[in-house]
Amino acid sequence: MVGRLLLRGMLAGVVAGLLAFGFAKVFGEPPIEHAIAFEEHMAHHHPGADTDNHMKGETDESELVSRATQAGLGLFVAVVVYGAAIGGLYALVFAFVYGRFGHLSPRAIAALLAAAAFVSFVLVPALKYPANPPAVGDPDTIGTRTALYFAMLVISVAALIFAIGLARSLASRYDGWSAGLVGAAAYVAIVGIAIYVLPVVNEVPEHFSAVVLWNFRVASLGLHAVLWTIVGLLFGFLAERMLAPPPRGRLYQAAIPR
Amino acid sequence: MSDVIFAPQSLPAPIPVGELLPWAVFGGLILLLALYFVGAEEGATSLISGMYVHEFVHDGRHLLGFPCH
Repeated sequence: MVGRLLLRGMLAGVVAGLLAFGFAKVFGEPPIEHAIAFEEHMAHHHPGADTDNHMKGETDESELVSRATQAGLGLFVAVVVYGAAIGGLYALVFAFVYGRFGHLSPRAIAALLAAAAFVSFVLVPALKYPANPPAVGDPDTIGTRTALYFAMLVISVAALIFAIGLARSLASRYDGWSAGLVGAAAYVAIVGIAIYVLPVVNEVPEHFSAVVLWNFRVASLGLHAVLWTIVGLLFGFLAERMLAPPPRGRLYQAAIPR
Repeated sequence: MSDVIFAPQSLPAPIPVGELLPWAVFGGLILLLALYFVGAEEGATSLISGMYVHEFVHDGRHLLGFPCH
């Protein structure tokens, strides 16, 4: 049962990854190309500029994998593998939640779970530490930035799990709306404090185009929105067919006396 | 007896944790490892020497929002 769900989750993730790759190609690659052009411009015209130490690493590497491969096969593999991985992890969480969460149908649980994953796993961490295009970010701080990013991610997901548990325990004493709102408020409060307390990272070079930065970050969020929408809806469809196949329509209904 | 419900709404039985656990541990580990290679290998930490993995998934890593370099 769990294995079959896992397989369906990974399948939904791969399909989502294929569509997300198309999205990334159309909306994500133009700002990356602009950012790389800016990076090269800074390296040629301002050799002493701030991006210089970034370039040192980058120029050595540039021949290792061509731009065409990075923007084609590399992007494809990265997004599809990522899709399969989150689809599988999501299916494992679904396998735990299913049957422990009231009267919701498999499709409804799948959709809610995907929405919750998008908010807690993508959107909230991105509000604090948004995606950065090439040329943004000092390579010397990669360790700190990665640690902070994953800290924000873990806090956000843990806060959501806590908030859902809180809402469920309150739901037995108060009405569903009140319990849900208290849970939501708890989540917002925890991530709000984390966003306020965790250190600020701002490594956007001077003169970097604000439009390119905005387009890049919107494309990044859009890519995740495509992934989670497709994973949630497609997995819900597959899981419902597996777990609760619809009754065979007319014959079944006609057999019930009125 | 007209109130008899012929399609009773029964809750689906939850999958027991004992059945879930091996899948969660082994599946979860492998899938997290896949995320690690897309997201962080040869960035903040490195299991394989060189920069090939980093450069290969470069665009995807940037767009997926992982700190890249």
